[in-house]
Amino acid sequence: MKYARTVAALLLSTLVLACVFRDQLTPVGYDHQDRNIPNAFRSRQHLLGTDALGRDRLARVLEGTRVSLVLAPSAAAISTVLAILIAGTAALAGGWVERLTASGIDLFLSLPWLFLLVTVRALLPLNVSPMTSAVITFSVLGCLGWAGAARLLSAQLSWLRSRDFILLARASGCGGFRLLRRHLLPNLMPLVYAQFWISIPTFILAEANLGILGLGVSEPLPSWGSLLRELDSFSVFGWNLWQLVPLALLIAVVSCFHLLISKGEIAA
Amino acid sequence: MKTTASFLLLWISTLLTGASLSAQSANELRFSIHSFPKTFDPVLVDDDASETIRYLTGGVLIRINRESQRLEPELATGWKLSRDGRTITFTLRDGLRFSDGTGFGVADVAYTMNHLMDADLHSPTGDAFRVGEGKIAVKVLTANQVAITFPAAVVGLERLFDQVAIMSQSSPRKEMAVLGPYMVDEAKPGAVIVLKRNPNYWKVDSAGHHLPYISAIRLDVQPNRDLELIRFLRGEIHFINSLDAEYFEKVKAENPAAARNAGTSLDSEQMWFNQVPTAPLPAYKKIWFGSKSFRRAVSEAINRNDLARVVFRGHAQPAIGPFSPANQFWFNTALRPHPYDPTSARARLAAEGFYWRDGALYDSSGNRVEFSVVTNAGNRYREQMATLIQQDLSDVGIKLNVVTLDFPSLIERITRSFNYEACLLGLVNVDLDPNSEMNVWLSSAENHQWNPRQTSPATDWEADIDRLMRAQASSLDDRRRKQLFDQVQAIVWDQEPFLYLVNKDALAAIRPELHNVQPVVFRPQVYWNIEWLTLNAVVATRQ
Repeated sequence: MKYARTVAALLLSTLVLACVFRDQLTPVGYDHQDRNIPNAFRSRQHLLGTDALGRDRLARVLEGTRVSLVLAPSAAAISTVLAILIAGTAALAGGWVERLTASGIDLFLSLPWLFLLVTVRALLPLNVSPMTSAVITFSVLGCLGWAGAARLLSAQLSWLRSRDFILLARASGCGGFRLLRRHLLPNLMPLVYAQFWISIPTFILAEANLGILGLGVSEPLPSWGSLLRELDSFSVFGWNLWQLVPLALLIAVVSCFHLLISKGEIAA
Repeated sequence: MKTTASFLLLWISTLLTGASLSAQSANELRFSIHSFPKTFDPVLVDDDASETIRYLTGGVLIRINRESQRLEPELATGWKLSRDGRTITFTLRDGLRFSDGTGFGVADVAYTMNHLMDADLHSPTGDAFRVGEGKIAVKVLTANQVAITFPAAVVGLERLFDQVAIMSQSSPRKEMAVLGPYMVDEAKPGAVIVLKRNPNYWKVDSAGHHLPYISAIRLDVQPNRDLELIRFLRGEIHFINSLDAEYFEKVKAENPAAARNAGTSLDSEQMWFNQVPTAPLPAYKKIWFGSKSFRRAVSEAINRNDLARVVFRGHAQPAIGPFSPANQFWFNTALRPHPYDPTSARARLAAEGFYWRDGALYDSSGNRVEFSVVTNAGNRYREQMATLIQQDLSDVGIKLNVVTLDFPSLIERITRSFNYEACLLGLVNVDLDPNSEMNVWLSSAENHQWNPRQTSPATDWEADIDRLMRAQASSLDDRRRKQLFDQVQAIVWDQEPFLYLVNKDALAAIRPELHNVQPVVFRPQVYWNIEWLTLNAVVATRQ
């Protein structure tokens, strides 16, 4: 298991480095269209071939990876902070506020998130740059993805509240946000970290889902979702197996995250 | 336990496959439809699958020959249109019977027309006949002659009867009693429809053999185009209508003879700017979109040849106007596609006061020229076209943002809120006659996309189009109508309210064992001459 985690960390590090040094690894930009060579097989100039519009697939894969690896953790941070705020407020208030929050979380979890995302996305402004659209997409994911984490954190906070050391702190006059900051949060942090790390691959997959539906990041900026759309005609992709690289990368990265998280969870 | 279950599943699937294969007759045509028909009632048809059933089972008085695009007598041996264009008199073929044996006569034509025009049914087919106030009158003249009178003249009236499948007045089987080459034998909702030869079908070949040659048709409901292609390549279905370009290439690579290109289709892909005065857009953008020079400049900056070559893999042609050259009679042959000419585009923009700074285009008020184009998510070809256009426009300094929306949101924006700047969509042309496009070209029309539902024409050229469209719709002289519609096409070409991009080719995949196939661009492309199709090479030689 330790060996597997080392490999996962190495793979992720390599990917991060490749994304950072993308300009040195690929001869052209991710949006450069060479319309004379659409759907080209791999060559010296284009190590993974080109896509349907003659764009270098390696450049697009690396840029898409960069987008996902930067923005997915940001979305995870948003959802985790929201979860802490909502669960913490409910736990501090207790009583009907806590019960109402729990019901609200259940209601939020029962919503079909994909339709919710599609609806929210349709309401957003149209005239935004591709990078802004990517930021908006992941922000929406982050803002809508807090409920699962909030439920876990609520349960943990309820359990913590009944512990002796909390009763002792209360008896000593510690209450409100001081209680949350000094006693509850430190004991909550392992779970918060785990939720944060778990959310990253979830948001990567969520964006990929939106991208596959054509509702993710705007062209010409690539994302794993838009890259995976090349596979939607599975009967014809057999011509060029390099189209499978984004899928392989997605599976590899999600698996790496899960391997690293499993360590964190065990430690927690 | 797992192994036993797997063997059991394999055994059951083998049994089922075997049963299915053995049930398939050697003289059974098989192809896929993408959804189960909503109705078998021919007057209520409004989806592709129902239209397929109507075409294969319905008998009509007049049929448009999909190859020659001319009218041919079917159940009527002849027809006569009155000088005022309000009355059409049919002379019916004698001795015909419906599939259930009931006789065919003038009463059935009268029943069908009254059923079609029943206001409570809201028949989409009947809508085309609704002109003026009042009801239609059906008068039986003789045992085989019937006259139908409309409240006002209906332009292109004869062509509309191609869609009217005659129903039996007296048959207890109602819409299931048909006069077409096939009748519904079995229908499993969501799965399959089996049609069998109509034993009372009236057509015979030159040797006196009863048509159709193929004894049964199996229509499998298959929404997934990939699975449809795989089934075709395995030989499980005989043809695929309206094939996508990449699938066509796949078929061509595996079996060149099976890939059939009927030529440029009637369908077009186009882009337009939002010119609705009340749209929630900045005033300076409304000025751009309302400017003919701006529209023409954008049009000239788009490389249509690249759209056709890269996106459609060469299976499309640069579009010219509302009708493609495939519409042999109505297409204005004097028009040519707008050339790809970025230099001319820059000159037009400069003449309008636009200027460039660091490669970016600005208008005379200093606003950066940037706009968004919306298209429906999930349509790979439109998304790719938008991305190519994005690159083309960036070469003349225009920043284009491509936005894909789910279809309901897109429709909401382009028809109700008008909260969009430009839109890229396609138009499926199912009718050859320009009258079918009145709801697009009249400035008061709902589908006058760039500025719908105008109380009075916003521009002089829209007023001209209104006048010309109304004039052609009120004339019964086809040559005069053609002259008038040529002028409409010329105005549209010049003003470019729609930037026509490409006309896709009509692509099909057809198994070599299917004979007498002559795919055409007009729907239903492959099986328009269904009576003559055969799976028997010997039969194919006689006609």
